[in-house]
Amino acid sequence: MKIIVSIKQVPDTSGKVAVNPDGTLNRASMQTITNPDDMNALEAALKMKDATGCKVVVVTMGPPPAAGMLREALAMGADEAVLVSAREFGGSDTYATSQILAAAVNRIGVEADDIVMCGRQAIDGDTAQVGPQMAEKLHLPQITYAADITKDGNTVTVKRMLEDGYMTIKTNTPCLITCIKELNEPRYMSVSGVFEAYGKPLVTFGYDDLKDDPLIDATTIGLKGSPTNIFKSFTPPQKGAGMMLEGADKATCEKLAGILAAKHII
Amino acid sequence: MSNFNSADIAAFKDVWVFCEQREGKLMPTDFELISKGRDLANELGVNLCGLLLGGEGIEATAKELGGYGADKVYVCESPMLSVYNTDAYAKVICDVIEELKPEAFLIGATNIGRDLAPRCAARLHTGLCADCTHLDIDVANYIQFLREASTLDVDGQKWDMEDRNLKMTRPAFGGHLMATIICPRFRPCMATVRPGVMKKNPFDQAKADACVIEKPAFTLTNADVKTEVTEVVKAAKKLVDLIGADFIVSVGRGISKDVEGGIKLAEELAAELGGVVGGSRATIDSGWLSADHQVGQTGKTVHPKVYVALGISGAIQHKAGMQDSECIIAVNKNDTAPIFEIADYGICGDLFKVTPLLTEAIRAAKAAK
Repeated sequence: MKIIVSIKQVPDTSGKVAVNPDGTLNRASMQTITNPDDMNALEAALKMKDATGCKVVVVTMGPPPAAGMLREALAMGADEAVLVSAREFGGSDTYATSQILAAAVNRIGVEADDIVMCGRQAIDGDTAQVGPQMAEKLHLPQITYAADITKDGNTVTVKRMLEDGYMTIKTNTPCLITCIKELNEPRYMSVSGVFEAYGKPLVTFGYDDLKDDPLIDATTIGLKGSPTNIFKSFTPPQKGAGMMLEGADKATCEKLAGILAAKHII
Repeated sequence: MSNFNSADIAAFKDVWVFCEQREGKLMPTDFELISKGRDLANELGVNLCGLLLGGEGIEATAKELGGYGADKVYVCESPMLSVYNTDAYAKVICDVIEELKPEAFLIGATNIGRDLAPRCAARLHTGLCADCTHLDIDVANYIQFLREASTLDVDGQKWDMEDRNLKMTRPAFGGHLMATIICPRFRPCMATVRPGVMKKNPFDQAKADACVIEKPAFTLTNADVKTEVTEVVKAAKKLVDLIGADFIVSVGRGISKDVEGGIKLAEELAAELGGVVGGSRATIDSGWLSADHQVGQTGKTVHPKVYVALGISGAIQHKAGMQDSECIIAVNKNDTAPIFEIADYGICGDLFKVTPLLTEAIRAAKAAK
């Protein structure tokens, strides 16, 4: 049994975000982190490893520096890491990305007892699309928004969150699950884990390693193969600042209430 | 399947809306999307059709969709469709789409829509844009939208006024950037649309009566379905309805020194205004409020009449979800907090002191009317 965890390196949008004058993101000036939901997926996999001794393989698509993030995942306890990286893959939308990642997962190999795990969505694009699109390309059943996962033999039972409650869903392995933060609290790297990480296998899949997979086709990967294109990107204008009221006492509040009443807002 | 979209894209007509139901009841998002879909269908000069999947008898709810603008509703009934199941829904939807070929397909960006849409888009080999907050066909309308909602120099650009692609606009990078996405080579062009953003049309009974119901043929067997939903559990606690609220009082990290006290003050102000309490991501991540209270890019988008931000610094993540409120009132100890850049009225002070005074002043002002 093994668990393949798909993770992504993202700019930390919770901190200071720098935008270039042309409206694109100044990635160079930003901190990168492992996408938060992906950390929950990795933790879920590592918990299963703790319980069953199964193997955990992390996979990411990205530029070569993403290898640093993979080393961190190895230091947390993953056994092997795969960096999917090639010029041909650049500019992929979620559809094209899912084709490439599915091809990488095919090359790693999905066996009857295996699970593929992803975070629900990445904080840079917030699309939540790559997980389900990978599942379709891999012909695996998918369960998204997982807040609890149990595995008994080949049966996987997941608490799948809705806005107004949850569903309990059962399926058999192999399957793909996307994870949310309610699932667990990701562990930290241990000191011994950091030392061991450098002895663990980290391989790169380039274009030549994946090109024989039927999913990899010049017309369905990269910028040119992506069904969606960016038509425009722009920054929203700042709404003009309003009135700063003087003071912060009873008179200030009475003045504000008076304005709201006069404008029939209250 | 893989060459499904090698067909001429001109063969695809009509705008479709996936109409989600839970427990046999239509979702509010359905009416929002039907209303927006009506505009798009008018711009394209095509029909607007709902696609409704459910258990036996779901047809009875379909005509209501006509009252918001649907010309036709395609209804697929089966006991296997009464509760949402990814495999069953994707099978039926993809089969019907391949048969009837809609040009655009809108799906509410609910937890169910965001599970279903990517699965279908991957099977249909077409483009999907996630969680859209604005949709256009006509370039003139799109340019007008950019004038209001962007800092782009729209007059300095060349525009193809004949372009009939669906222009799907959405926030990215936590709301720091907006992107407009197109899907020029494949159909249907698919979008999930954020709940609460599109305005619902007034209900028109005559249009509801005139709405055509059609039941397309489909096949669905147990072999198509690899997952089993064993139970659906509703949250025991009544969830806060941020999207429908006219008044929202939200709290942020500023309540940290007395979380319970801060929330109580917000509740009192919300009660006086006839509104509800919301929170920033920090308050949800810290476990101070449950996730249904979250306003922001990863929470809900709201546009109430009045939004009161108590102790919220105004990270762009939060602003993305509330900056279109009609009136924003901010109370914050820090006079450089970014929330003041978008507030209509700002008070620099301690929320624990200001909030009760404000509640009292509003009560008095209302009584004096």
